[in-house]
Amino acid sequence: MLLLDCPCCGVRGEETEFHCGGEAHITREGPASDDAAFEHYMFERVNPRGVHFERWRHVAGCGKWFHAARDTVTLEIWGTYPAQTTRPPEEVLETIRAARPGFKWRDIA
Amino acid sequence: MSDLTGPAPVPALGGAAFDGYVRIAEAPQGAMFTLRGDLSSAALKTAATKLAAVDMPEQGRVALNGERALAWMSPDELLLLAPWAEHASVVAQLDAALDDPALNWVDVSQARARFAISGPDGLVREVAAKLAPVDFSPSAFTPGSFRRSRIGQVAGAFWCPGPGRIEVVCFRSVAEYVFTLLRDAARPGSEVRLYA
Ligand SMILES: [Zn+2]
Repeated sequence: MLLLDCPCCGVRGEETEFHCGGEAHITREGPASDDAAFEHYMFERVNPRGVHFERWRHVAGCGKWFHAARDTVTLEIWGTYPAQTTRPPEEVLETIRAARPGFKWRDIA
Repeated sequence: MSDLTGPAPVPALGGAAFDGYVRIAEAPQGAMFTLRGDLSSAALKTAATKLAAVDMPEQGRVALNGERALAWMSPDELLLLAPWAEHASVVAQLDAALDDPALNWVDVSQARARFAISGPDGLVREVAAKLAPVDFSPSAFTPGSFRRSRIGQVAGAFWCPGPGRIEVVCFRSVAEYVFTLLRDAARPGSEVRLYA
């Protein structure tokens, strides 16, 4: 079971109060992009064993979207942070680096 | 808004009640409004706090004043409760006060159902805790706490007006489901004594 801290309403809830919205920090390619970039945006998702970054929605709570960094094996939550960002905050990355030295997720390490 | 000219509305279950090891009772029809917009906006704050006759609630809290209440629902949403007798007057005042298109309100009086769980404080908390993944312990869920969550499989919210009482609100379309859950949770013989 995951315990998530919603950064929008301050509630610590368990995962059935939330809904996962898939991989985080995906660059949305528009009509001007080439086929490879659009394919990458549309279809290519990582499915890591370990550190992962996801979008979550507090669906049975405040209704807001936010981001979560977690470990898919241990179900540890490294941090939750606002939806309005394209990269995890440095303090969340520091927490992960301390617990999982040398971790790499896409271009984030 | 044909309801304004028709017969007075009735609560979803006609005021159903159940006496188990705590009492479950549907609340009488009240007036209820969802207010949305920038919660730091003076127009929204002034209208909401004046109509409920309370101070602005903080995050996760409800400000109570008799049958009136103002609850913090999300970073851009408030829930306003008032007696049904004031329904028309509140509608008129919200209409006049919130003319900024970025500040929205909607009358949800007949879109919701409300229940009260009452009895010994520990048992009231326990019945709520059977149905929602929320910490209802006296130290976490204090008087004035307001918590949106799920009740069984549907959305709902809980607040604590004081010891021995927890109020529940859900969508009217699931009133019977929620009442059945509450009634089952309060069935004599099913006490857990989690907080007692
Ligand atoms: Zn939330």
